[in-house]
Amino acid sequence: MLDRARRTLVRLGHNFIDNVWRVGAMTRFFFILMVASGTSLRRFRLVMREVYFTGVLSLIIIVVSGLFVGMVLGLQGFETLQTYGAQDSVGVLVALSLLRELGPVVAALLFASRAGSAITAEIGLMKATEQLTAMDMMAVSPMARVIAPRFWAGVISMPLLAAIFSAMGIFGGYLVAVVMIGVDNGTFWSQMQAAVDFRYDVMNGVVKSIVFGIAVTVIATFEGFDAPPTAEGVSGATTRTVVSSSLAILSLDLVLTALMLRGDY
Amino acid sequence: MERTTIDLWFGAFVLTGFAALLVLALKVGNLGADRVNSTYRVEARFDNIGSLKVRAPVRSSGVLVGRVADIRFDNERFQASVILALDTRYGFPKDTGASILTSGLLGEQFVGLDAGGDEKKLADGDRITITQSAVVLERLIGQFLFSKAQEDGAKK
Repeated sequence: MLDRARRTLVRLGHNFIDNVWRVGAMTRFFFILMVASGTSLRRFRLVMREVYFTGVLSLIIIVVSGLFVGMVLGLQGFETLQTYGAQDSVGVLVALSLLRELGPVVAALLFASRAGSAITAEIGLMKATEQLTAMDMMAVSPMARVIAPRFWAGVISMPLLAAIFSAMGIFGGYLVAVVMIGVDNGTFWSQMQAAVDFRYDVMNGVVKSIVFGIAVTVIATFEGFDAPPTAEGVSGATTRTVVSSSLAILSLDLVLTALMLRGDY
Repeated sequence: MERTTIDLWFGAFVLTGFAALLVLALKVGNLGADRVNSTYRVEARFDNIGSLKVRAPVRSSGVLVGRVADIRFDNERFQASVILALDTRYGFPKDTGASILTSGLLGEQFVGLDAGGDEKKLADGDRITITQSAVVLERLIGQFLFSKAQEDGAKK
């Protein structure tokens, strides 16, 4: 009994120390990444290639889920607003919830599971098959050649993907509210335009998605770089990427929202 | 410079992303359309502004003519001082009245301007003297109950 409690405590403490170590190592990793970025940005073709793999190939899932999220928002919003006779404001509801929260957050969650996991698996396998060591041997820095282009590709694609997600979502809300249910077309857009502020709503969403892009790609590349070079290690690292980047996105979202909403209530 | 398929995809992706941002800015956020380009500022003092906020619309006959630029508390007169930024395309007589109105039953509050008959126009830095405060629902109900009770007392 006492022995089991002792073992549990030891395991808990071990996990805790491991996580603290991971945070420290990730911070160091981030700084090395920043230093190595100069080389990879000078060879921009590498970054463009990664934008293709992480951004362009994520377009389908982003467009389709944005459309569906917007349509659901339109339906649910109409249902609730109808109770108060405010069904004309359904456009405002769809646009504000997408621009401020759902666009950046859901796009980042999809990005983490679609592209982040792929980045981790790729880098982890490169490490397991000793490709990274081979690069080091040839005096090619893996940081500049492999890690940094993937990081910058994520930072570039994330805000664009979030903007596409929001635009598709608003189009989906328009399809449901105006085309399907029959809210007046002019009212739908004019109410939306009166309520949405470019700097306050659109730009804050862009800032959010840039931060999420940084968080997701740093976690994904670090987990891949840090993965034990075994099949099991790579699979564990991939799982950890999705879990911890999702948690990072949601907690960062709370902090950013609190910072951005200051004093407007 | 040689061209690759990656370049094409990268270009298409970036263009789509910026097109989405542009749609969000112009169609959704209405950037540019009701931009009030040049404004002049007038002050109006109110006893109570209700929940009027900075950037709230200023309307005359229902048309947007400006926005609330600033709200301050005047510590000498103990009144709220509201600065209105009005579009220079619209001129108003000196004896124009300002009142705080609500759009719909529970909608946002805005400043309504009712033009007077003076020949001189309001200029930058002028003050609107005829003002009407926001209607506070609780006070209205209180007054109603009070007068009701008075009526009942008079009947007895």
